[in-house]
Amino acid sequence: MKKYYFYYTIGRKVLMALSGFFLMVFLLQHLAINLLSVISPNLFNEVSHFMGTNKLIQFILQPILISGLIFHLIMGAILDYKNRNSRNTNYSYNKNDNSTWVSRNMIITGTMVFLFICLHFYDFWIPEINTKFVNGDWSGLHHGEFKYFSELQHKFQDTWRVLLYSISFIFLSLHLLHGFQSSFQSVGIRNSSTTPLLKKLSIYYAILVPAGFVFIAIYHYIDQLII
Amino acid sequence: MKLNLKIWRQKNRDSKGKIATYTVKNISKDSSFLEMLDILNNDLLEKGEEPVAFDHDCREGICGMCSLYINGKAHGPDSRVTTCQLHMRKFNDGETIYIEPWRAKALPIIKDLVVDRTAFDRIQQAGGYISVNTSGNTQDANLTPIPKNDADKSFDAATCIGCAACVATCKNSSAMLFVSAKVSQYAMLPQGRVEAKERVINMVKQMDKEGFGNCSNTGACEIECPKGISLENIAKLNREYLSATLSTK
Amino acid sequence: MKKITFAINYRKAKAKYNQDELVEICVRYYFLDKNTSKYKVKNMSTGVKCMLKDWDKDWHKNPERLPILKTDIDYIEKNKKLFELRKRILVDNFQKIDTEDKLFKSSKKLNAKIPNGEINLKWTNHKNNINLVNPANKRNIDIIVVGTGLAGGSASASLAELGYNVKSFCYQDSPRRAHSIAAQGGINAAKNYQNDGDSVHRLFYDTVKGGDYRSREANVYRLAEVSGNIIDQCVAQGVPFAREYGGLLDNRSFGGVLVSRTFYAKGQTGQQLLLGAYSAMNRQIAKGKIQMYNRHEMLELVLVEGKARGIIARNLETGEIKKYSAHAVVIASGGYGNVFYLSTNAMGSNVTASWKIHKKGAYFANPCFTQIHPTCIPRSGDHQSKLTLMSESLRNDGRIWVPKKIEDVKKIRNGDLKPIDIKEEERDYYLERRYPAFGNLVPRDVASRAAKERIDAGFGVNKTGEAVYLDYSSAIKRYGKEKALLIGIKKPSEKEIISLGEEIVEAKYGNLFQMYEKIVDENPYKTPMMIYPAVHYTMGGVWVDYNLMTSIPGCYCIGEANFSDHGANRLGASALMQGLADGYFVLPYTIGDYLADEIRTGPISTDTKEFDEAKKSVEEKIKKLANIKGSKPADYFHIKLGKIMWEYVGMSRNEKGLKTAIKEIKKLRSLFWKELFIPEDIYSMNKELEKAGRVLDFLELGELFALDALNRNESCGGHYREESVEKDGPQKGEAKRDDENYSYVSAWEYMDDPSKSVLHKEHLKFDNIELKQRSYK
Repeated sequence: MKKYYFYYTIGRKVLMALSGFFLMVFLLQHLAINLLSVISPNLFNEVSHFMGTNKLIQFILQPILISGLIFHLIMGAILDYKNRNSRNTNYSYNKNDNSTWVSRNMIITGTMVFLFICLHFYDFWIPEINTKFVNGDWSGLHHGEFKYFSELQHKFQDTWRVLLYSISFIFLSLHLLHGFQSSFQSVGIRNSSTTPLLKKLSIYYAILVPAGFVFIAIYHYIDQLII
Repeated sequence: MKLNLKIWRQKNRDSKGKIATYTVKNISKDSSFLEMLDILNNDLLEKGEEPVAFDHDCREGICGMCSLYINGKAHGPDSRVTTCQLHMRKFNDGETIYIEPWRAKALPIIKDLVVDRTAFDRIQQAGGYISVNTSGNTQDANLTPIPKNDADKSFDAATCIGCAACVATCKNSSAMLFVSAKVSQYAMLPQGRVEAKERVINMVKQMDKEGFGNCSNTGACEIECPKGISLENIAKLNREYLSATLSTK
Repeated sequence: MKKITFAINYRKAKAKYNQDELVEICVRYYFLDKNTSKYKVKNMSTGVKCMLKDWDKDWHKNPERLPILKTDIDYIEKNKKLFELRKRILVDNFQKIDTEDKLFKSSKKLNAKIPNGEINLKWTNHKNNINLVNPANKRNIDIIVVGTGLAGGSASASLAELGYNVKSFCYQDSPRRAHSIAAQGGINAAKNYQNDGDSVHRLFYDTVKGGDYRSREANVYRLAEVSGNIIDQCVAQGVPFAREYGGLLDNRSFGGVLVSRTFYAKGQTGQQLLLGAYSAMNRQIAKGKIQMYNRHEMLELVLVEGKARGIIARNLETGEIKKYSAHAVVIASGGYGNVFYLSTNAMGSNVTASWKIHKKGAYFANPCFTQIHPTCIPRSGDHQSKLTLMSESLRNDGRIWVPKKIEDVKKIRNGDLKPIDIKEEERDYYLERRYPAFGNLVPRDVASRAAKERIDAGFGVNKTGEAVYLDYSSAIKRYGKEKALLIGIKKPSEKEIISLGEEIVEAKYGNLFQMYEKIVDENPYKTPMMIYPAVHYTMGGVWVDYNLMTSIPGCYCIGEANFSDHGANRLGASALMQGLADGYFVLPYTIGDYLADEIRTGPISTDTKEFDEAKKSVEEKIKKLANIKGSKPADYFHIKLGKIMWEYVGMSRNEKGLKTAIKEIKKLRSLFWKELFIPEDIYSMNKELEKAGRVLDFLELGELFALDALNRNESCGGHYREESVEKDGPQKGEAKRDDENYSYVSAWEYMDDPSKSVLHKEHLKFDNIELKQRSYK
């Protein structure tokens, strides 16, 4: 019966929000590790190696993360499809000035973020999986050294890639601008005292986190230009 | 003043509609929007043409019968009013005004600007009540004190007039604001708590069945609601739904 | 008067009585019939009951009852005593009955079926003795309810809860749209929560007195009795009434009564109560006990063997005309204020359902009793389609005035002068001038007439010359000074006082001020508001007996649509009370009395001659309307009718005007049949056709309305005849009621044409209340 209830719209919304929360927490963790690459290449290599080879992370957390992501994606698409379907004819004139662009276009920002993730997977994740699971090389070494930092730097040599990354993070920022506070609303957290606080937090999170990633990309790009 | 009107005309449920253009002249700035449509209709009738059908009744903003998407906004450009309370002084001389019916799959068009809102009735029938029979010996009204704050909040939710502007303006045609208003009105009163779980589940179930979209928290409904029903009610609905889901066997 | 005897229970005489049986004490008397010059016997119940064993069988042997012989020494003294005794028993009753006899000669057809007994026991006794329908049989009985407002909605829900199958009809798209929703002020109930001396009797007294002694005592008492239950029921349903900080229900004083008995939910009490009734209906709709017909309009009542057996209704979406059968039909379609075109009623409010049953034999009572509300937003021009009411509470703090000088009025109309520039001594606070005791708080009808008097004299202040000022500037200053003192400002400046005062006024009347600003586009805090009286409520309606049944067996009428409770004038916050009392607590019991005899009827087929004929007549009527093919829309006639009504049958009426009105309405009706145009597609949604049908009924009602006003040559409540005013004394010029000649309900029977209607009189008896003239000087 319980599962059945999640079949209805609000149930789906709650799941959407919960997977969103999960992804937002992951994003923080990802940012924290990446920031290490700016502070200390060695520390970054070690943490990356731990993340890449720890069995718990690789065999339990990673699948959960990926399924969470896929769930968020598919559910988002389904909901959007249903929502579009709930109106046959569009207004010939609609002002739309009663809501923000980001809140109305989560599917667009979401799709852009998804495309970015595809690129990101192509860049880092697929080679990783290839080395580890196809070739069975779990050492994390390349020419006798940890490969993580150098791979990172290598990717950010291309101007176009840095540019693409930066643009994608702008979309992520837009997605989060609405997504962060919307998740709280979806699970029913809203009242006159916490909501203004949450809204502020939402803006900080949605700007600072993607900005952090962009900073890392640009840092490494410039870092290599100077060399 | 003189106005160009672009009005949606549709013969009946099954036919295809289109926008038709009309001109009205000598409209007083003091007349209401619906009075302007009355004038248009009388002009049309005197020419032997079919008048524009639109819903209206009390014309003082409380019955919830009037609708109309005017110049891209539900209930027109003024805020916190229904279409019948909208006055022509909000428009400029010579302006072109688009007038369309509410558009949502769950609110099919019956004719011209008239839509079928019985879906709202069916949602209420699914659980929007407290199961108490009429009896001369119900307990005394003052037996259960209710904190003023709760009673006031419950009242604020209960002021919903069921006009469906929330659905019309929502990009997803979601009826969440309407449903949440009813759910939280009862959820905040002790007499409504008894059936709170069944109520929220049944009403949401019916809402889905009617084909309303899903809430994506854009907040447009709150802004267009002529009665200012707050988004807090939707959060409350979500909360009620969640707790009902987790605790029902 | 010749002789009296006391007896017990002669009416339902039985061969044998049990000793503990409750029997009625009756009185039998002889009287002289003036026509035949013979003595006749008349039996009459005293309404007092007692057990047989307690009855003193030898009562007649009481020495006082024995013949007193002239030889007796105390002959004179004893005779005097006997005379006193007889007088005590009889004079009050007997003389009344003598006059009643005269009156009832013209109205034998009216039997109000008021139960006997003390007024406070009538309803209880009646409920105890009424016929009941067994639950298994209720399942086989259908009831049609037309209208879903407070009365119709609550009745539908309660009847369905009892087990009847209810078919409910409304012309709107949902039952929740009924115009009860627009009631602002509140609902009265004799709960005495405030401990200010309220009681059932006081509410009863206030209502009868407020109605200017033209309502039926027994009905009003019952209304007051069940008023408390309404509040209990609504709270149980989840109606969010206003509460105090302690969590208990809040009350306010309303409409100038001396106690706080009005329950309210901000300015939206009607909405909350209606939604309560609507939710109760929804529960029954979900259970299948109520079948709801939205967007359906009743167009005919079907009679089978003289009983109401069904209706013919038009589906307003498809134009389809269908037959619906039932064992009883309940009309709850509201008032007919829209006969004036401009009123505070909803655009769709109509008299059609009431009028159709009237034409089928239900008597229409007191059509001329209309309430005109003094504080509405005035008309802004010819485009105006309806008037908006502002709560009566505005008169608590506002002062009403017009300029003293006619030149100032002209300047204001031209826009050369602003009202705030007129000096205090140049203003005519006419209510305070004329009624120093009550001032701006005189009852609705008095305030309305006083405004009309000023406006007719040419002192109207808006563009159309139909408005007076309602000024808050002195209230703002008064409140501002009080507040300044309270928060300790020693010498507040003018500006400080005004801003503090505005804050307080906003807290009290903010929503009304905002509404005014939206409609008129003027800031009421800075400039006086313009107000004008408007038609608001109709006390008259279909005649019903104590059971709320009309003169057609099986056809009931409840809520504003009937006439019974408000007499010639309704008190504020009493309309909601009556609607819900009828629907929740009266009709569901009393209808059983009739339906108890219908349990063997079985399902009623609609394939009968009567139904077919009724349907055919409706279809023909519609076709006839569509075939006029003139050039004027229905609104054209409605507006014209409204103007006639307002001019001649409005706030103040006289014989000449009323006769003119009857003539004009007749003329307009024949013009209607020549000039009407409606789009010809009658088998689809056709709003013009709907309007045309309603306007036609208004055109007929309007004539009866004027006829009734013409017949009632007295001024009472909302009905003011210029011929009936106080000629001298301190009340000179004020309305004068004529209890000697008009203490009756005029119930009109339809005969082919409104002008041929036959008047039946129901004499009103006031046993518990002393009749007084109202005075507000």
